[in-house]
Amino acid sequence: MKGSIRRTLSAGVGLTLALAAIAPGATLAQDVPEGAMTEIGAPEGALEIVAWAGYVEDGSNDPALDWVSSFEEETGCQVNVTLGNTSDEMFTLMQSGNYDLVSASGDASNRLISAGSVQPINLALIPNYVDVFEGLKNKPHNTVNGVPYGVPHGRGANLLMYNTEAVTPAPDSWSVVFDPASPYAGKVTAYDSPIYIADAAVYLMTHNPELGITNPYALDETQFAAAVDLLKQQRAIIGRYWALYTDEIAAFQSGDSVVGTTWQVIANVLQGSEPATPIEAILPMEGSTGWSDTWMLSSMAQHPNCGYLFMNHIISPAVNAAATEYFGEAPANTKSCALTADPNHCDTYHATDEAYFDKVYYWATPQKECLDGRGPICKDYAEWTMAWTEIKG
Amino acid sequence: MTTTAGTAPHASPSRRLQAWLYRRPRLQLVLLLALPLLALVVAYLGSLGLLLINAFWRYDPTTGGLDRTFSLANFLQIAGSAVYRTITLRTVGLAFLVTITCAAIGFPVAYYMARIASPRVRGLLVVTILLPLWASYLVKVFAWRAILQEQGVLNWLLRPLGLEGPGYGDVAVWLVFTYLWLPYMILPIQAGLERIPSSLLEASADLGGRTGMTFRRVILPLAFPAVVAGSIFTFSLTLGDYITPTLVSSTQFLGNVVQREVGVSGNLPLAAAVATIPIIVMLLYLFVARRLGAFEAL
Repeated sequence: MKGSIRRTLSAGVGLTLALAAIAPGATLAQDVPEGAMTEIGAPEGALEIVAWAGYVEDGSNDPALDWVSSFEEETGCQVNVTLGNTSDEMFTLMQSGNYDLVSASGDASNRLISAGSVQPINLALIPNYVDVFEGLKNKPHNTVNGVPYGVPHGRGANLLMYNTEAVTPAPDSWSVVFDPASPYAGKVTAYDSPIYIADAAVYLMTHNPELGITNPYALDETQFAAAVDLLKQQRAIIGRYWALYTDEIAAFQSGDSVVGTTWQVIANVLQGSEPATPIEAILPMEGSTGWSDTWMLSSMAQHPNCGYLFMNHIISPAVNAAATEYFGEAPANTKSCALTADPNHCDTYHATDEAYFDKVYYWATPQKECLDGRGPICKDYAEWTMAWTEIKG
Repeated sequence: MTTTAGTAPHASPSRRLQAWLYRRPRLQLVLLLALPLLALVVAYLGSLGLLLINAFWRYDPTTGGLDRTFSLANFLQIAGSAVYRTITLRTVGLAFLVTITCAAIGFPVAYYMARIASPRVRGLLVVTILLPLWASYLVKVFAWRAILQEQGVLNWLLRPLGLEGPGYGDVAVWLVFTYLWLPYMILPIQAGLERIPSSLLEASADLGGRTGMTFRRVILPLAFPAVVAGSIFTFSLTLGDYITPTLVSSTQFLGNVVQREVGVSGNLPLAAAVATIPIIVMLLYLFVARRLGAFEAL
């Protein structure tokens, strides 16, 4: 029970605010980036971490969940975790200079980099990094101008879930939730957050190519208006939006919702509950939005050596397996898949399926300066938020 | 008894201070009230003032910080967009609905408590009404979630009768608010009804007024300020709440917009500007309430 509550919290908080970006990959930095550490010195004996709930468990919440004590014993670094409830909170905490490490989501990571709050990382000092999935390396939310600023923790996609009995034929496109003439009007659900505008943008990338959207988080005036219009149209066929993941579970169980966006975790709960709800969760042909978090080291870190050691520890095969399985996401380490408690975990979350994640656009904070490099003509997140108020009406 | 040294009590500094203060009653009052007043002015009015100042600033998306130049842009944006009017009307409408429902349910209960129930029953009723107030707000809303959900208690009761509960949605918001704020309506009305002298009712009866006439012409006018006083609570509490709508519906009210602007995009200035809407509505409400004599009934 406690586990499930914590899971709800962590999933809710983490996923709601976990935002990350994708863009054409930059070249991999082979050399030590300027300003990065060249060697790991003696551990400082302590480590201050800002993290999402459920990411750094030392057994104090549940004795069965402990992937930190072994690190403390090995390195002598006493880990102290401060939970960040939102990306804004994490960003503010990292400004204080009192923390060494942060599990930054896509909306925080680029802000932290541009504010100079985090330092470049010498990946050669993190031996486990070589085992990280290629699809997570060198992404715009963790690497800027070829300089890496952190190591990936895990990833997940936002999927299209549908009730297999109510929704026939089986959909393979988001059209089923965007078509105003959808036969499932009134039973369609959507995620209640401004970031959901990106889902509409992903749909428009395929169905309205003349708009020229290349990155669903970089929308200029026209593209943004098209996405907002699509969502206003969708409002008419929405039964209810969901914000709490338990609400979506209940709505699918009761049949109030039969089709809409979801997380893999929710699909697993529905399929695993007794009696199981007949649902299927797919990555539609248009692709989808998703998220990925990054461990970053403060530029004012008091314990940088412990920080490097911890980054190596948290992405080590067994630890990454435990942490991402607990949270409900695909691990970052390729070797983790053999070590999860549920042998099917990686299959369920498509961890090794790069073709699957190629179609996933990781959450990123929309900024005025377009993320796809078109200049300062894009709508920023404040405008996305105001538009969301308009969409909901 | 003996007046030996005699100086012992006077020598104590605290005694001397007491004597000194005794001769300065105004200073005593200042010292007594300074701290709470300071807290009220600085912490309460100060933060409210800061909020209002924020409304005239702008959110700067490039830095994520504030652009501290005076501007009416936030207000113009709100005024220029139909959605804020819709949300304001929806919120105020809900607040009125909840208030009226609370008054309709609360008045008979308060009347029974004030004028009919024996002291023992009255004590029991007061405790029963106060009891939910002592429970956490969130516990109560989550309890309502359990009641209203598809597989919940309400549907379990209604299904054998071939009926269906309202589920989550606008009706749920109305029900939960009514439940949450009902005690704030009952208690002022009860106090108001208790203050009506029995002699007036007897006089009405002596003059031939029947029950209905006495109620309409004597009790209701005298108790009305108390109803208005109670309505201030139910109205203002509904106006500002965003947690209940989030938990039992996906409809947005003013509080939800404020919460999203602050919590999701960090646009404090726009949130502050939206927050001035309920403040203005409430000031108008209080003005009318004062004219109706509600403040004497509090």
